[in-house]
Amino acid sequence: MEIEENFLYTKEHEWVSIEDNIATMGITDYAQEALGDVTYVELPEEESEVEQFEQFVSVESVKAASDIYAPMGGKVVDVNRKLEETPALINKDCYGKGWIAKIDVRDMDESTNLMSAEEYRNYLDSLH
Amino acid sequence: MANIPSVEALLHNTPLADVHAALGAKMVGFGGWNMPLQYESILSEWDHNRKTVSIFDCSHMGEFMIKGDAVACGLDSIVTQTITDMPVNTCRYGAMLNEAGGIIDDLIVYRKGAEDWMIVVNAANIEKNARHFRAHLNAKANFEDASFKTAKLDVQGPQSRDVLKALGLAAIEKLSYYTFGQFQIKGVPCLISRTGYTGELGYEIYCPWEKCKEIWKNILDNATVKPTGLGVRDVLRVEMCYSLYGHELDETISPLEAGLDKFIDGKKNFIGRQAVSAQTPQRTIGYFISASRKSPRAGNKIFDAAGNEIGMVTSGTFSPALNAGIGIGFMDSPRRDAGVEIFFGDEKSKAAAVVAKRPFYKFGSLKT
Repeated sequence: MEIEENFLYTKEHEWVSIEDNIATMGITDYAQEALGDVTYVELPEEESEVEQFEQFVSVESVKAASDIYAPMGGKVVDVNRKLEETPALINKDCYGKGWIAKIDVRDMDESTNLMSAEEYRNYLDSLH
Repeated sequence: MANIPSVEALLHNTPLADVHAALGAKMVGFGGWNMPLQYESILSEWDHNRKTVSIFDCSHMGEFMIKGDAVACGLDSIVTQTITDMPVNTCRYGAMLNEAGGIIDDLIVYRKGAEDWMIVVNAANIEKNARHFRAHLNAKANFEDASFKTAKLDVQGPQSRDVLKALGLAAIEKLSYYTFGQFQIKGVPCLISRTGYTGELGYEIYCPWEKCKEIWKNILDNATVKPTGLGVRDVLRVEMCYSLYGHELDETISPLEAGLDKFIDGKKNFIGRQAVSAQTPQRTIGYFISASRKSPRAGNKIFDAAGNEIGMVTSGTFSPALNAGIGIGFMDSPRRDAGVEIFFGDEKSKAAAVVAKRPFYKFGSLKT
């Protein structure tokens, strides 16, 4: 299971990479593997405001739909439109080309509610 | 928490449980059985089935063996379809109903001889069905639940005939749709029918439980064949608009609502007949295609264009063939014609779809 060392993680298997107050987020390798082939991504509206851990995206695989939660609160400033045509980018490159949304973070302190790569690795181990 | 077995421990295993594990299958509980959901990925397995050939472990399904004159022993009055005129070595789809006219199960009757029958039923219903047969067959019937000694492997896909011919089964060529014969695969006796649940040319192979691994290996040794899980099986059947018990069929659903009319023999007496005759369907089964890749899911509500709730989704999936979501559901009568716009989802979030004619997938090799 691939984990990016410098990213932060949620218990719901979202990742986030924060740079200059902008949080780029997606779902982890564990999540894409569990979902299987992603067939549809319901992207959030740009300019919409989200709270940390609020459901704001839906990712569908052939057999099921899964709620995705905002890892940080703030304003959605960009979404990955490429996923509309090629949702499988999430399976192919979940930490890169399969990113889902960028959030302009409201309160950087919320990052203390997230796990480091090390903590997420231990969390995954605890699930099995 | 002592002495409470885990859910996994309560599931039945097919003869291939360790084979699936060795292949790295993702396993799932289905109808009380531990079954492979997928081996590789649902989309790649779908593609291989529609274009080449797949093998499915369907040993979870139930097989009942009945010997006796169909009418005299009571079998004819348990099933809804006509069976007395069936030629030997043919099979026929139908159902069995409770006294109230609800669907106990859908099933296929195989006529192996003048007074020799095999009934194939859904895995989740084996025990319930066996009780129903035992209660309604009379002393002239010899009934055996052979579900745990009969394995079943489905070989489905446009190249399935070639796979069986390569195993020396030249006579497989003669099997027409919904007929069967007795064959041997490397010395192992098998009943093989030209039936399936995918919409492709295909065969269902019934073999002894303890020989199942051998047969599986012999078929999979053919490099064109890939193992395929229940995940794809469900996509394939929804693309063909085939009903699945627990979704489109159950004891609270009338066979008229479920569209089983043509599998009911109105000229004979069968359990549930009176109730069915008195039924006025309040809803009808319908099929629809999402306007996008967003897929309907079982339990979603269905709305008309004005926003009125008109029904419920019973099965939904993404269709690789249509590159769109597809769904089956029950909608209030009157029947909505193909092309009518509807919506699926809930009050908060609705997605557009259009009513379609069955099947969704029209290019299968089924009758080739």
